[in-house]
Amino acid sequence: MSLDKKQFLQAYRTMRTIRDFEYRVSDEFGKGNIPGFLHLYAGQEAIATGMCMNLSDDDYIVSTHRGHGHCIAKGGDVGDMMKEIMAKQGGSCAGKGGSMHIAAVEKGMLGANAIVGGGPPLIVGAALSAKTLGTGSVGVSFTGDGGSNQGTTFEAMNLAVVLQVPAIFLFENNGYGEGTAAGYAVGSKDIASRAAAFGMPALKVDGADIFETYKTCKKAVDHCRSGKGPIAIEASITRFRGHFEGDAQQYRGKGEVKRLMKELDCLKIASDLGIKQKLATKAELKAIDAEVAVYIDEAATTALAASSPDVSELLTDVYSSAY
Amino acid sequence: MPIKTYRQAINEAMAQEMRRDSSVIVIGEDVAGGAGCDGERDAYGGVMGVTKGLFPEFGESRVIDTPITESAIMGAAAGAAQTGLRPIAELMFMDFLGVCFDQIYNQAAKFRYMFGGKAQCPMVVRTMAGAGLRGGAQHSQNLTQMVTMVPGLKVVCPTNAYDAKGLLITAIRDNDCVIFVEDKFLYETSCDVPDEMYAISFGEANFLREGTDVTIVGISNTVNKALAVADRLAAEGISCDVIDPRTTSPLDEESIIESVEVTGRLVIVDEMTPRCGIAADISSIIAEKAFGALRAPITKVTAAHSPIPFAPALEDAWMPQESDIEAAVRAVLGYVR
Repeated sequence: MSLDKKQFLQAYRTMRTIRDFEYRVSDEFGKGNIPGFLHLYAGQEAIATGMCMNLSDDDYIVSTHRGHGHCIAKGGDVGDMMKEIMAKQGGSCAGKGGSMHIAAVEKGMLGANAIVGGGPPLIVGAALSAKTLGTGSVGVSFTGDGGSNQGTTFEAMNLAVVLQVPAIFLFENNGYGEGTAAGYAVGSKDIASRAAAFGMPALKVDGADIFETYKTCKKAVDHCRSGKGPIAIEASITRFRGHFEGDAQQYRGKGEVKRLMKELDCLKIASDLGIKQKLATKAELKAIDAEVAVYIDEAATTALAASSPDVSELLTDVYSSAY
Repeated sequence: MPIKTYRQAINEAMAQEMRRDSSVIVIGEDVAGGAGCDGERDAYGGVMGVTKGLFPEFGESRVIDTPITESAIMGAAAGAAQTGLRPIAELMFMDFLGVCFDQIYNQAAKFRYMFGGKAQCPMVVRTMAGAGLRGGAQHSQNLTQMVTMVPGLKVVCPTNAYDAKGLLITAIRDNDCVIFVEDKFLYETSCDVPDEMYAISFGEANFLREGTDVTIVGISNTVNKALAVADRLAAEGISCDVIDPRTTSPLDEESIIESVEVTGRLVIVDEMTPRCGIAADISSIIAEKAFGALRAPITKVTAAHSPIPFAPALEDAWMPQESDIEAAVRAVLGYVR
């Protein structure tokens, strides 16, 4: 297997943390404790986890509007994230970003992006910094099937190939761009081959299998670190929730979500395979589940009790100094 | 003091800053030119020759020719600025803002605020603007108003070679995203420019003529037209205060207010379409903050509300001319309540 015992337990913990985080913010949203919009990553955990396990704090990622999972996988502080999403003091972005702009800049998570296709050009820049400054870092843009159709993404892929920068374009194809099927909106039906046409290798992976995502992402990161230029990955997956919380998902087939949640649950797949391969026991995984539950509950409870940002903060950090 | 052109002054500011700080890079279309060609590299040095000579000195890792891909250029510059470089990204013509604006106003301008002060975006977008060269509707616009309205951006409009060097040095050292608007009509103009490095602060207007009858505020090359008018009118005993704000964001409101408190009359000139423009903005600020000092209506001299026409006769009629400025000055002087 691609993961050893320690790595497997770490991967499982990260995925469980993301899943519990997402379900908790969904609950809090339902109770009216979270303003604004929420786009949840539940179901896609193995992709962010498989990629970020191959990265260090010196590597960069940019994310989408569905960014909580990427932020957690990159090492973002869950307590600060919970505060940010609840618009509280001490939030990752001081209450000025929210769910769609969640970030952990100090961990190389350069920010979630609420403009679909906004991130890929930015990661070309982060990869350019790595190349120019000779740091050996790589940059990964997480983009959806929806973002794969944006012109900015095409421009970014072409420029990355022209400049031969260490950028990874990771496309998470969850089958839907908002309420329209990828099968309709992705003209070529195949994101990987379209990326390959820009002149870089492109890999495909089952995004529900952490062993496979880890292995494929490792290949991509190794490719970039060895100075071979950019690379793309298309990971197929489904999302358990709607485009946004509150989305009735009438566009999905009858029983589709229920079926896919059973067939493509990355946590279930991971625990079945992990136990079978003797990487973990049922009891070990249960213990992780219990620890994560406490961890998430503490984060949520603390965030709920925190204060709103002071209105005196309204005009701070617009500029670097007095304007 | 050595005489240098506006083009040379901008080039010198970049070269000196690149020597001082190895994290400064230049990225854009044909900033060197000749990439992948059989002929010479640095064949262009920028389409107007402003970056000429940087490539031979700093090499391809710091003077980066890109495809024609404005969104990716601005995005890559913003991402690089967030991760340790200080890019000077060239947006060849300001008209091309439309194909990359998201990366500027939604990304670069917002990193610091949106991420709670933990990110920054120290980049400069060098771009050229301005009509009069018969460039037609998509190679002539000055869209300074579109960037000035965005919180998080700073906007610089140098009107002479001396200012261009000092303001660009400040822009490169600034930790925010700065839009540096070069008026393409000025590249061949020259004045005394010191060889040594110097920085001109943002938000500090330049009083180019001191007068007591009328205040004229200009933006970009209209400042030079205003100066010509002021000098002509001085012979008639009409004394004009001519103010160049130098940066539209931040804007030195105080200096304009102080001047209007003396003159009581204000003419604002810009080479932009009239609605929601810089002249309109300054007009509203003065109407709010110096209403009591006004002895005549604030008068705007702007371009016409139309795309920029190609035919010289039409383009000349489209853009503000010295005669328009002079007429406006005479009108506010002759105003009787």
